[in-house]
Amino acid sequence: MNTTMKSQKTLTTALTYVALILGSITMIFPFVWMLLTSFKTQAESMAIPPQILPSQWNFDNFVMALESLPFVNLYVNTGLLIFFRVLCAVVFSSMAGYAFAKLEFPFKKALFGIVLIQMMLPSQIFIIPQYLMLARAGLTNSIFALVFPGLVSAFGTFFLRQAYLGIPNEISEAAYLDGCTKWQTFYKVMLPLTGASMAALAIFTAVFAYSDLMWPLICNIDLKMMTLSAGLSTLNGQYTTNFPVLMAGSLLAMIPMVILYLIFQKQFIQGIAMTGGK
Amino acid sequence: MNKQSKLARDGAVWGLIMVAPTIIGLLVLNIWPFIETIYMSFSKSKAFGTFEFCGLKNYVEMFQSPEFWKATWNSVYFCILTVPVGVFLALLVAVLLNAKLRGRTAFRAIFFLPMVVAPAAVAMVWKWLFNTEYGIINSLLGQNIRWLTNPNIVLAACAIVAIWSSIGYDAVLLLSGIQNISPSLYEAAGLDGASKVTQFFHITLPMVSPTLFVVLIMRLMASLKVYDLIYMMVEQSNPALPSAQSLMYLFYRESFVAGNKGYASAIVIWTVLLIGIVTAVQFMGQKKWVNYEV
Repeated sequence: MNTTMKSQKTLTTALTYVALILGSITMIFPFVWMLLTSFKTQAESMAIPPQILPSQWNFDNFVMALESLPFVNLYVNTGLLIFFRVLCAVVFSSMAGYAFAKLEFPFKKALFGIVLIQMMLPSQIFIIPQYLMLARAGLTNSIFALVFPGLVSAFGTFFLRQAYLGIPNEISEAAYLDGCTKWQTFYKVMLPLTGASMAALAIFTAVFAYSDLMWPLICNIDLKMMTLSAGLSTLNGQYTTNFPVLMAGSLLAMIPMVILYLIFQKQFIQGIAMTGGK
Repeated sequence: MNKQSKLARDGAVWGLIMVAPTIIGLLVLNIWPFIETIYMSFSKSKAFGTFEFCGLKNYVEMFQSPEFWKATWNSVYFCILTVPVGVFLALLVAVLLNAKLRGRTAFRAIFFLPMVVAPAAVAMVWKWLFNTEYGIINSLLGQNIRWLTNPNIVLAACAIVAIWSSIGYDAVLLLSGIQNISPSLYEAAGLDGASKVTQFFHITLPMVSPTLFVVLIMRLMASLKVYDLIYMMVEQSNPALPSAQSLMYLFYRESFVAGNKGYASAIVIWTVLLIGIVTAVQFMGQKKWVNYEV
């Protein structure tokens, strides 16, 4: 009995490993193939049967990708977009989230209703008027245009409100009785207690700002003002059949985020698990 | 008493100051645009970004357009292709990752990887893998399948990529749900001699059902408004475009390529209604299978 149970357990473990390894190969293979292709010549990439390794590891395709797209601008624009979106989301949502959780003020319910309405509507419903606003003000093709729809975050407000609701009222009351003003209570006492939630919101905001395609494509048509995603989509039309260059360009576009992910892997996954369900 | 009322007044003032940036932002960026979109859906766009009221014309035109109905079907079909299989696989991965194994953090990191890669780059790789003449998938299969240009297959190809991209994300959410299940339930079941499969159906599945419901709703909404992946994989010159074009793709082309912003607004209103209906149906159906008694 004991040995059959034991061998059954070993079998289950073995099967779990096999399934996970097969799954992992499926997840990794496209990236490996992308990497290998990016070093091949166009002729090698089209060899039949397929040639697995490039005969020479040369960087020509990366040079071509760098020449066809202003990658420095794309990196800087994407970096600034992420920086400002994260900053706005964390700062404004912390303030509003705290107020909605811990303070009493007129029209609180109605104002929170506005937050909930925004969360329920898909972002595309706002896109044409948002674009027209910027276009009329002559503000398209700018970093501000990229950041614009993300200046405030309804989801962030909702999410950080949850974080503040989890903090007992006694803490803020004690701080207030110790002579802190309302602002000091928030800034010096309560805000530092939501560190993990702020980090989660920052990661969530960064990942989605980085992935977004429709808005950057619409608001900034000038290649020098594009984000990595949008720039990549123009490369798509430029080299329809030169896959080694396309792969090199895609690699260049994805590498910064992947490196950040490999370093902060735990924080990324925890952050997404915490903000999950949006 | 005096101190109490000062406290309350203080709170009211600070409360309003602290929500002001967010509320003003939401009013300008979202609430007003929402009203404008509704108005625009009943208007025709004129030169210089002005609009002229035209009643139900956009909607009439829309409901008579085969292209629009095809896009609606494509969006729904994309949901049917991606959501059940994707959520099932994510649940499977979550259960596997929950086993106490060496290297599970590494496995989890690998499955999650596509989440941090921009859909634009993901689509680019898969376009290459799916390439008819030189793509590795056809080479391995020894076939000549026109994955991205055959109208009957193109959406299935996009669905494969969508599932591949979202498995890790959904699995991480489901895994955190599974990890909240009390180990004592499994211990008791183990003592009673329940097999792993029985334990899955009688403990894991009912206990994780609230998380499963959230993931399902999120995935449905995301699939109904799919845009970036299809936009990147099926360019506007692709002959299979009509069979792959989702509602949001059509919206993008009408509003920002063709310049029919009024008509495009009607499309986006329709999409929101569609999402609303599907979500409402899910919420009504949840009573049958979601277990909220912890």
